[in-house]
Amino acid sequence: MLRDITLGQYYQTESVIHRLDPRVKLAGTLLFIISLFFFRNFIGYLVAALFLAIVIKLSHVPFRFMVRGMKAIVFLLLITVAFNLFLTPGEALISFWKLTITKEGLEMALTMAVRLTLLIIGSSVMTLTTTPNNLTDGMEKGMRPLKVFHVPVHEVAMMMSIALRFIPILLEETDKIMKAQIARGADFESGNLIHRAKALIPLLVPLFISAFRRANDLAMAMEARCYRGGEGRTKMKPLVYQRRDGLAYLCILFYLVTGIGLGRLAL
Amino acid sequence: MRKNRNIMGIIKTKDLTFEYIRRDEDGNVEGITTAVDKVNLDIKQGDFIAILGHNGSGKSTLAKHMNAILNPTEGTVWVDGMDTSDESLTWNIRQTAGMVFQNPDNQIIGQVVEEDVGFGPENMGVPTKEIWERVEESLKAVGMYEYRKYSPNKLSGGQKQRVSIAGVLAMHPKCIVLDEPTAMLDPSGRKEVIRAVRALNDVEGVTVILITHYMEEIIHANRVFVMDEGKIAMEGTPREIFSQVERLKELRLDVPQVTLLAYELKKRGVKLPDGILTIKELADALTDLKCNTDTVKLSNL
Repeated sequence: MLRDITLGQYYQTESVIHRLDPRVKLAGTLLFIISLFFFRNFIGYLVAALFLAIVIKLSHVPFRFMVRGMKAIVFLLLITVAFNLFLTPGEALISFWKLTITKEGLEMALTMAVRLTLLIIGSSVMTLTTTPNNLTDGMEKGMRPLKVFHVPVHEVAMMMSIALRFIPILLEETDKIMKAQIARGADFESGNLIHRAKALIPLLVPLFISAFRRANDLAMAMEARCYRGGEGRTKMKPLVYQRRDGLAYLCILFYLVTGIGLGRLAL
Repeated sequence: MRKNRNIMGIIKTKDLTFEYIRRDEDGNVEGITTAVDKVNLDIKQGDFIAILGHNGSGKSTLAKHMNAILNPTEGTVWVDGMDTSDESLTWNIRQTAGMVFQNPDNQIIGQVVEEDVGFGPENMGVPTKEIWERVEESLKAVGMYEYRKYSPNKLSGGQKQRVSIAGVLAMHPKCIVLDEPTAMLDPSGRKEVIRAVRALNDVEGVTVILITHYMEEIIHANRVFVMDEGKIAMEGTPREIFSQVERLKELRLDVPQVTLLAYELKKRGVKLPDGILTIKELADALTDLKCNTDTVKLSNL
């Protein structure tokens, strides 16, 4: 049952967006998200939605995959909308029982809903079109300037990629331990929450022990293959900006200028 | 030191001793286990060496000395003339003597086969273009080139071990130490790996040191060392080793079925040569016997 979980929701296909340098996609997503908080009117959101629609079209990823990411946050979205709808003071539109919907509240709730939806879909475009591996590479190179502040950029990226490599292995192992314990009468399904949490302890202990053992083995194997940190390392697949990456940056800039320019107009 | 390189074997040990010291919670010494006890080895470039031994005989500890993962408590190890206790040479040593471990999952770092094979050269600072060449040739050498874009999680145990071997090969070592590479594999995976290892030795001329407790795997070795309680208990060609069935049993090692059958037949008076290693050899020896002596009375057996 645990094997059904897929991590990193990468969608394998061939497109311009897939081929872009991960740094472009990272920066683009970040700027897109920030831009969403600058708009003062609906035109801004319209521009953002249009920009996003073009990117999605270019990415060749079916739209339902984009929306899939939304499912997880529907609940959060509803709460946000409800709070904004009922708790914003202002000119009352409708009121029943103790609840009042104000004009400001309605506007705020709509804005929040649109903003969150765009934000989630915008970031899923990045995760759907970039392999986790590429993403860590992009982060390693993109955050290199942070080295000045003694941020261990290479180490963090290395840890992330090792974690990604071991997630399926550890999941499989969890499955195995679970089955072994169910075979001996362990019960993970029934009882209340506390009961079930307690039942997980005999699962977690062997899992941790084996994870530590694996970590130890892996460290030895890495040292045996001359791993000694990021210094003096070369890259098999170095990230090099192509012409399309430059163009992509220009597109992002164009979006920012038009989006924020139009979005901040007082209507 | 450098001059010695050609005279000295690729790996040489002198009175190599290694002790595991167990301590209690306060750091007092509780006990000392001597895992390797005064071992002297001299392995020549291009050899195919097998080191045999049952669990706890010290063979894995010995292997870990060959690329400076462990340092000797006493005695010295030289890898291609470099003393392993000299820390400034550690990385050169690890590059010269690559190591493949037992568990295939715990030694693959990359998320794609080709990236894993490139990991070693990346660490060594090899230029990008050359990394790709090395990855290609190493994957071809172990017959895994078609799988270069696969995720390691989708491969079988034998395939994963071949990727690990390619990963070491990409570092262009002179010598590969394989520490029970087949212990966790099924019989077909085991065969795959041994075939790849033999090809390395035959075709690429890499010195191979294969540590194992499967007797079938040592048949192709030039020289076999049998370890017991940290010492070298037996030494010789596979044939010499296998002709001493009683001694091997004493050392708690399983003799291959064919050898055992030949041994038992011989004990009952069938005239067979010593140390038969393969089914074909036994069959040939038996047919020869039948042709030469017209009066083989099998009922006597």
